[in-house]
Amino acid sequence: MAQLFPKSANVHARVLIAGILVLACGAGWAASIIYWSPYTTEVDVPLQQPIPFSHKHHVTDDGIDCRYCHTSVEKSSFAGIPSTETCMTCHSQIWTDAPMLASVRDSLATGKPLKWTRVNDLPDYVYFNHSVHVSKGIGCSECHGRVDQMPLTSKAQTLYMRWCLDCHEAPQKYIRPRDKVFDAAWQQPPDQLEQGQTLIRQYHVDTSGRLTNCSACHR
Amino acid sequence: MSYPASNGRTQPPGAPDGSASRPYPRETDEFASGASEWSDDLSRREFLRLAGATLALAGLNSCTKQPLEEIVPYVKQPEIVIPGKPLRFATATQFAGFGQGLLVTAYEGRPTKIEGNPTHPSSLGATTVWAQADVLDLYDPDRAQTVTTGGAIKTVGDFWDALNLAIEPLKQNGGAALRILSEPVSSPTLLAQLDHVLQTFPAARWCIWDPLNRDNTSSGEVIYDFSKAKVVVAFDSDFLYQHPYALRYARDFANRRRVIEADGARMNRFYAAEPTPTITGSNADHRIAVTARDVLPLAQTIGAELGIGVAASRNVENADWIAAVVRDLNASPGESVVIAGETQPPELHSLVAQMNAMLGNTDQTVSAAPALSLPGNQIAFGDLVEEMHRGAVELLVVLGGNPLYDAPADFNFADAFNKVKLRVHHSVFFNETSRHSHWHVPATHFLESWSDTRAFDGSISIVQPLIEPMYVGVSAHEILESIASRSPRSAYEILRSHWSGPQLLSDFESKWRRALSDGVVTELQPPSLTASGESTAPTLSASPLEKGDRSEVRGSQLEVLFRPDVSVRDGRYANNGWLQELPRRFSSLTWDNAALISSELAKSAGLNNGDIVELTFHDRKLRAPVWIQPGQAKSSITLPLGYGREIVGRVGRNVGFNAYALRTSDALWFADGLTIQKTGDRHWLVSTQHHHDVTGRGILHDGILTEFLADPHYAQKPEELPPLDYTLYDPSEYPYKGYKWGMVVDLNVCIGCHACTIACQAENNIPVVGKQQVGVHREMHWIRVSTFYSGTEENPRITHQPVPCMHCENAPCELVCPVAATAHDDEGLNLQIYNRCVGTRYCSNNCPYKVRRFNFLEYNGQLSPSEKLLKNPDVTVRSRGVMEKCTYCIQRINAARITAELEHRKIRDGEIVPACAQVCPVEAITFGDMNDSRSRLMRLKRSPLNYWMLGELNTQPRTSYLAKLRNMKS
Repeated sequence: MAQLFPKSANVHARVLIAGILVLACGAGWAASIIYWSPYTTEVDVPLQQPIPFSHKHHVTDDGIDCRYCHTSVEKSSFAGIPSTETCMTCHSQIWTDAPMLASVRDSLATGKPLKWTRVNDLPDYVYFNHSVHVSKGIGCSECHGRVDQMPLTSKAQTLYMRWCLDCHEAPQKYIRPRDKVFDAAWQQPPDQLEQGQTLIRQYHVDTSGRLTNCSACHR
Repeated sequence: MSYPASNGRTQPPGAPDGSASRPYPRETDEFASGASEWSDDLSRREFLRLAGATLALAGLNSCTKQPLEEIVPYVKQPEIVIPGKPLRFATATQFAGFGQGLLVTAYEGRPTKIEGNPTHPSSLGATTVWAQADVLDLYDPDRAQTVTTGGAIKTVGDFWDALNLAIEPLKQNGGAALRILSEPVSSPTLLAQLDHVLQTFPAARWCIWDPLNRDNTSSGEVIYDFSKAKVVVAFDSDFLYQHPYALRYARDFANRRRVIEADGARMNRFYAAEPTPTITGSNADHRIAVTARDVLPLAQTIGAELGIGVAASRNVENADWIAAVVRDLNASPGESVVIAGETQPPELHSLVAQMNAMLGNTDQTVSAAPALSLPGNQIAFGDLVEEMHRGAVELLVVLGGNPLYDAPADFNFADAFNKVKLRVHHSVFFNETSRHSHWHVPATHFLESWSDTRAFDGSISIVQPLIEPMYVGVSAHEILESIASRSPRSAYEILRSHWSGPQLLSDFESKWRRALSDGVVTELQPPSLTASGESTAPTLSASPLEKGDRSEVRGSQLEVLFRPDVSVRDGRYANNGWLQELPRRFSSLTWDNAALISSELAKSAGLNNGDIVELTFHDRKLRAPVWIQPGQAKSSITLPLGYGREIVGRVGRNVGFNAYALRTSDALWFADGLTIQKTGDRHWLVSTQHHHDVTGRGILHDGILTEFLADPHYAQKPEELPPLDYTLYDPSEYPYKGYKWGMVVDLNVCIGCHACTIACQAENNIPVVGKQQVGVHREMHWIRVSTFYSGTEENPRITHQPVPCMHCENAPCELVCPVAATAHDDEGLNLQIYNRCVGTRYCSNNCPYKVRRFNFLEYNGQLSPSEKLLKNPDVTVRSRGVMEKCTYCIQRINAARITAELEHRKIRDGEIVPACAQVCPVEAITFGDMNDSRSRLMRLKRSPLNYWMLGELNTQPRTSYLAKLRNMKS
């Protein structure tokens, strides 16, 4: 009986198998590119806001502390977004006629609040608490990046669960002294891991594994 | 509601056919219909094809991007508000006309959870199921939202104009044609305002109508001190549940029954005689079922034995019970309580008063309740209706209530009402009375407006609002003020001016603020009446009610009992989904009422559960389905009131039958002469009694006090437990070095009020699923309260057992989850991770306690904007296809943990109180850290009564029970 398959069939089969592998890998690679791209993560993508508010100007140029506006960051789960009144404490005195601030003045006059777009938005089944992170020596810039250098505010990290776990598994990599928490320019010392271990003990950070329990963030 | 003739119509496909027809004791069918065989029209192949397509499409679901969200800050942030942190305010609700103190939690101005006020004497931190559910009424989208006249929308200003126009001509003859009809009022300010109105219009009259009135006790309300009572005898009284002071009574009563150690164990002994099972009766050590008409003769026999000169009828049937009661009462002079129910005639109440005096209980366990001084110029309801029939009433202002629905049937209230020239109705919901009124004015909910209220023991609370009125709303204070003086001030101004008096005290402001923050007024004088009339007035008419000759033995005659429903009460909560879906005590019925009959009657009349009968009483007819109730007196038929509402929101429409249709003024509570006729039609009744059934296994341990004293460890039965290290788990995996959470439920004090179920529903965003879904075992309650009967069907012993998730050490659910959505944590909690769950339901199948609930449909999908405001922001709102269960209120654990971390300390014992434990009137549920040997929890866990449910399975549950004890007579 003659051979059913010509010799070239072997080549065809090899090319086909290799092709499928390449395609599968390519698809995986493409998916991962999309998954990690700013299109999906929105990292470094400024969002449309009612006022082009510049953290760079207010923090770096004016030297205003984070807590002047984000008042509840040490007390509550939510850091707080300043009320119109807070804006007007200064802007009733300076830039009182700036067209850019018309909507702030309108808000105070009409009582209708400003509507900002959320930049750092966790899914609704995640319960993050600012106060406890701040109290345990996790700096603002660790998650929010160099806000003091952002003319327009954007996300600095993916906020993916893998990213959260990176710190929850080994807080010593990121923890800093409490008095540096609001210092956006703080740099990790060369012996961060040793210093981190000291701070973990000092701040009673629970490293027994509870921080990686589902219940730490989900309820 | 009328019941369709054909059975098939009322029964949806897939309903457990015939299961409702199987009478007590229990079904043998463990599974719901459809659980073990494929009964749908859809072929198996078609199903698989659809399932495959669903799976493929579901994959695409994850391709959506997270939608953009807004952050809306305040314009002016109130000083006390910290976004993300709840605030709690003291206020008060009304129950049966009396105040109960509350603490209400609000997130950024929206109240989400009601809890009791620990400093309020009639709450002590607990609440009723109704107070828990009040917050759902606040956000009910079916609430009346605008002032209407004849269906047309008007403004409040229009209404004030119309009212003033109508009042002007009435002034000439002192308001002779003006009548005000209200519910029972205990608000000092409102009473002072009424007094003012009645003085301005000396010929006007004020009338109170309450379908659940307490007229039978009008000879003098008393307060009992159950904390001092060794022996308690109740004649048809539901003092643990339906009484205005029930929360306090329950706490005091339970404290006399709490047993932890065998040393010094003491329990009161409780005897109850009642025609139909009540929460109170189910807690009795010795309960007898007697028809309501036989309660007075029974009490007379006991009275005679105690030496009171009353004619005693021979009562052979319950001779043992009577002898024991008499012996125990005589043995505990000054340390007993004899109490009668509001449904029993005044003769019984005066006899009970004599008994208490005879036993030396006066000023020991019994004292007079502080009398409420009411304005004069009252008129009895019967007389008012008669005036209305005559056409003598020109302006009738109805403040609250729903008399058109709940007035006695023989009054023909609707006809009388329609003869009044101008009818104004003021209520939170648009109801039957509103429909027949010229003007309907929406009332503000108590969480929206200022008022004050007085508790049963006389303590006064200011009712402070937590939210601006959601819709157009007017308070009763404003209406009364507009009657007396044209342009009303706001309720706040009215209240303040009455409390501050004519001369403003120098320190009024600080005292006022103190009263608001405490929730009980201690330093201020309440508004007083200028001239007070009689303290109470009969509701119906002055003539005594004819009950016929009771000594005559008419055992063959059927007796009808009208009782407030355990969920919707007189009908006011008919549109409350939480209460409609809450299983009714004993029958476990949801979304229905049923005529409760005894098994003996069922046998003789050939009736099964769900059979529709025609009830005839005084020539009035009513069709109602029956339910066979163990413990029901042989010839008594209980008709729960409050159903069959017609003008009501979407929830309460077409639910149950209206028992008011048979209720006449001479038979408000019970009467002979009922006849029943089987119709052959059936109604689909949905009872959760056998849902999540684990009976047939030794899940409930109970016993007798004397047995326990002889052998304290009898409840633990150690021989049943396997060796605890007999496990496939790695014991070193979870060392539990930090906290180790656990719970104890004390069955001995649990009274079965179901408040835990509703509190859990409010706290944890648990959806309401509706009758059809409950019918296929899909109710979502995270904590169920199972009712168990033992003994005979005629007179069973009844036990309640709350069952939340057990949080097992060796949890069967965790092993079987293919996606690790149910996981253990380092403090021993069994976690349910919603965003991981794919809905295989293996965990639920493998759970021996049947405490897991699955979202078969998008139960939270169609919420109105107002209902969304109700959700607790600290708990995830679950979506379709996700399993859920009790979390031990993990949001409260984490909140306490974060507070403790910020303060650099450990969580204190008692700092975390889950919602179920918080609401419990008898403190039956204790939560705490099992690693803290000095915690209250561990003291209970060390009790010899402590046992694990299904401990033989070696699941090692964190939730354990203290066995139930009964203090039986020797």
